[in-house]
Amino acid sequence: MKPAAAVVFATAVLGATAIAAEIPLADRKSGYEYMGRETRAMQDDDTANPGMLWVLDGEALWNRKEGAAAKSCADCHGDARASMKGVAARYPAFSTERGRPVNLEQRINICRAEQQQSTPLPFESKELLALAAYVGRQSRGMPIEIADDERTKPFLQAGRELFTQRQGQLNLSCAQCHDDNWGQKLAGAVIPQGHPTGYPLYRLEWQALGSLQRRLRNCLFGMRAVSYPSGAPEYVDLELYLMWRARGMPIETPAVRP
Amino acid sequence: MARALINAPAKAKRGDIIEIKTLISHNMETGFRPDNTGKAVPRDIITDFICKYNGQEIFRAELFPAIAANPFLTFYTVATESGTLSFEWTGDNGFTATESVDITVE
Repeated sequence: MKPAAAVVFATAVLGATAIAAEIPLADRKSGYEYMGRETRAMQDDDTANPGMLWVLDGEALWNRKEGAAAKSCADCHGDARASMKGVAARYPAFSTERGRPVNLEQRINICRAEQQQSTPLPFESKELLALAAYVGRQSRGMPIEIADDERTKPFLQAGRELFTQRQGQLNLSCAQCHDDNWGQKLAGAVIPQGHPTGYPLYRLEWQALGSLQRRLRNCLFGMRAVSYPSGAPEYVDLELYLMWRARGMPIETPAVRP
Repeated sequence: MARALINAPAKAKRGDIIEIKTLISHNMETGFRPDNTGKAVPRDIITDFICKYNGQEIFRAELFPAIAANPFLTFYTVATESGTLSFEWTGDNGFTATESVDITVE
């Protein structure tokens, strides 16, 4: 077999999993590095970072008794500063109850339903974002560690396929921008590598805190693709893949982005 | 539930110029955005901010619809004496919020 033919063969065997140019681990950059001086200063100073307003709300919610069980998060988990340290860096994580990975917001709602016997908080609601931000804040600076084992592998693979699959009227894949063309310009803005290191984060454009799923919806909308309902398994698979792709990078929650 | 974050030095030397940073949670609804039915969402903004140093007004700001949500205001003053810096925000629909921090001047 000629070398050229061998390459074609190898690509065909790997099929959809062969990614044009996965970013080498050492070349990865957080979106933080593309921000201007003022926006960085906003994220770095806890009294200037508007995301901290949600963190404070989250702290109050953590200690508030909820549901028929009249239990607060703190009643089981104690002081979040100790018990939630590093937790957000491991999510999405496999849930044995659900038989698939769940993200941090879903995990909070599982706790609400089963431990507090309360109603789930709607996705993107101020309360759910506040709790996720408060839990996420406890992992700031810690490296992302996503379990890459037999249970999560199929979902990681599904997420990777979604990431590399062309979709929408513009017929674009996530990878075409965030793997192949990061650092280039899309209109006036720099294309980041798309590492979800700081979610939920405060986006100046939103003038509010928002989840990773909200951000993914933004991208799908830009690709003129059909987005999924909040909490859809496709989003969680994609979140899982994106977090795995950012493994080892430090958590910045609550980050600030333009 | 209006949350506010204040960043002012707890200690300063007499005569020092100190920076005070304030951040408050507020939607700052402009009054110009239409809702799903096409009707404008009523304006709901913070209109005034006052900072007092031991009861004496040292900084005042008027806010308008073009100011982003969660207004962040930073300003300077001269540390003259130990005491309290108090902050007051007022706005539409009877919105008020107050906050205060102590400062020791040596």
